[in-house]
Amino acid sequence: MTDVVKPLTPAEELAMHVSGAMPGAVDNTVIAFDEVTLEAKADQIIPLLIFLRDDPRCQFQTLIDICGVDYPERVQRFDVVYHLLSMRKNKRIRIKIRTDETTPVSSAIPVYPAADWFERETFDMYGVLFNGHPDLRRLLTDYGFQGFPLRKDFPLTGHVEVRYDPEQQRVVYEPVKLPQAYRNFDFLSPWEGMNEILPGDEKAKG
Amino acid sequence: MADDATNLPALEEEKRTFTINFGPQHPAAHGVLRLVLELDGEVVERVDPHIGLLHRGTEKLIEYKTYLQALPYFDRLDYVAPMNQEHAFCLAIEKMLGIEVPRRASIIRVLFSEIGRVLSHILNVTTQALDVGALTPPVWGFEEREKLMIFYERASGSRLHANYFRPGGVHQDLTPQLIADIARWAEEFPKALDDIETLLTGNRIFKQRNVDIGVVSVEDAYAYGFTGVMVRGSGMAWDLRRSQPYEIYDELKFKIPVGKNGDCYDRYLCRCDEMRESVEIIKQCCALLATTPGPVLPERSKVVPPRRAEMKNSMEALIHHFKLYTEGFHVGPGEVYACVEAPKGEFGVYLVADGTNRPYRVKIKAPGFPHLQAMDHLCKGHMLADVSAILGSLDIVFGEIDR
Repeated sequence: MTDVVKPLTPAEELAMHVSGAMPGAVDNTVIAFDEVTLEAKADQIIPLLIFLRDDPRCQFQTLIDICGVDYPERVQRFDVVYHLLSMRKNKRIRIKIRTDETTPVSSAIPVYPAADWFERETFDMYGVLFNGHPDLRRLLTDYGFQGFPLRKDFPLTGHVEVRYDPEQQRVVYEPVKLPQAYRNFDFLSPWEGMNEILPGDEKAKG
Repeated sequence: MADDATNLPALEEEKRTFTINFGPQHPAAHGVLRLVLELDGEVVERVDPHIGLLHRGTEKLIEYKTYLQALPYFDRLDYVAPMNQEHAFCLAIEKMLGIEVPRRASIIRVLFSEIGRVLSHILNVTTQALDVGALTPPVWGFEEREKLMIFYERASGSRLHANYFRPGGVHQDLTPQLIADIARWAEEFPKALDDIETLLTGNRIFKQRNVDIGVVSVEDAYAYGFTGVMVRGSGMAWDLRRSQPYEIYDELKFKIPVGKNGDCYDRYLCRCDEMRESVEIIKQCCALLATTPGPVLPERSKVVPPRRAEMKNSMEALIHHFKLYTEGFHVGPGEVYACVEAPKGEFGVYLVADGTNRPYRVKIKAPGFPHLQAMDHLCKGHMLADVSAILGSLDIVFGEIDR
């Protein structure tokens, strides 16, 4: 009857602490490759970030990154991923929330001023809207750019190209004209996990 | 006329700021940065950096390439210290696949990471001097950079875009002659660094332009997400090589220089001292390489090409070679974040893999990105001439910021 209680790893301890303290905000915690991921509710992101920043056992005071990930087959197609670092506790944590093209996410600028450009970039690349962002302009793409380039349905080649027009003596925008289509080979092995029946296979069975 | 003049004071009370463009083609912009500056006289009221003029869509391109094909894109981010970036991507792949790097490869990686750090810091220290008016340091510094780039070339075949770190290790072993030459350079370099420091460290003009300029407090460093020299200059001893060690950094002896005041001058001093520490690490690595023979890539791994001799006799090796360079290896599914202490701060790679031969999403966390966005905060209230000094001490390279 001696149950050996395995001591918790630091990652598990952190995940339990946060999900215990913020039960309404965290849906699920995943620990993979020794990294803690919190899957959180989108409308609870600001209280959760404030807790993670101010709680004495967390102290995640450095915002490392905010980025988007696109899953077009989902209804809420975007993940917004926050990476936080605690220099005092020497820990990292990742928070993921879900949103779609029209539902805005609360801006994290009041909690982390560094969120400004990260949110602008996420808006620029994916079209994720941030509520309460003071200056949600495009950041990395060209002035007057249309579309959201990192979405999976945006073509790699883009839609417009620029060149210098010697007659008009200025740079002009034109639709992309490629002399050859982008060569996107599908190298995935057909003989790994193959389950289709090739023409002629039915004869082998006799 | 007197009647007209009575009307003027009302106008003068209005704020008369005017706006100028700094860049995108300005020698002190360190690349293609357009700063829209709002000035009140010579005092900076607001800075609006317009970035993205060097945006190449690296993250989008990587989604269409196999893991091995994606690796060279990382050289092209911070092109001043290319191998440090490759390192983060390799670490992410290795973390997900659970590959163990052979010890000799780890030592070589540390050796070239530190060479990259010296490359980057020489460029930054000397061009910052150029920004504030000193012309000689870049000429002296670039001579040393040239020697280091020749070491890059002798190891990888290329001076800049090395593509030398590979998932599992490094591409090829170093020759004994190259290790001996690097060790000799490490003996000579502190003398060259002393020479550069005699021009700058005690220089009255250099100090006037840098001391108490662009002060970063500890609170600022947290709020704006700073890493690397930007936090160490403010007195926080935070270095990923020490606090979250990777490769063989936990076995090596080195110090972490920290500043006191968090101004441009302290950051300059930090970088100079870091170069000296890097030289110490390089010496230790050269000594370790002499006593550690062995492979530089794991044997019989699916992510590593077979040896050329093996391919002459073994059909399986030939097939493996062909499949590795066409289909590539499969990673995941899963997600990892791996980071290294790059010369400019924490360089991270957030990799989302879906189990195929291509990354589903790669987010590159460039250290310069949060540093540059704090320009508005750091420059407010400074003079116009200080903008270039602050920009120089942030250590900006547009390859990594614009991606």
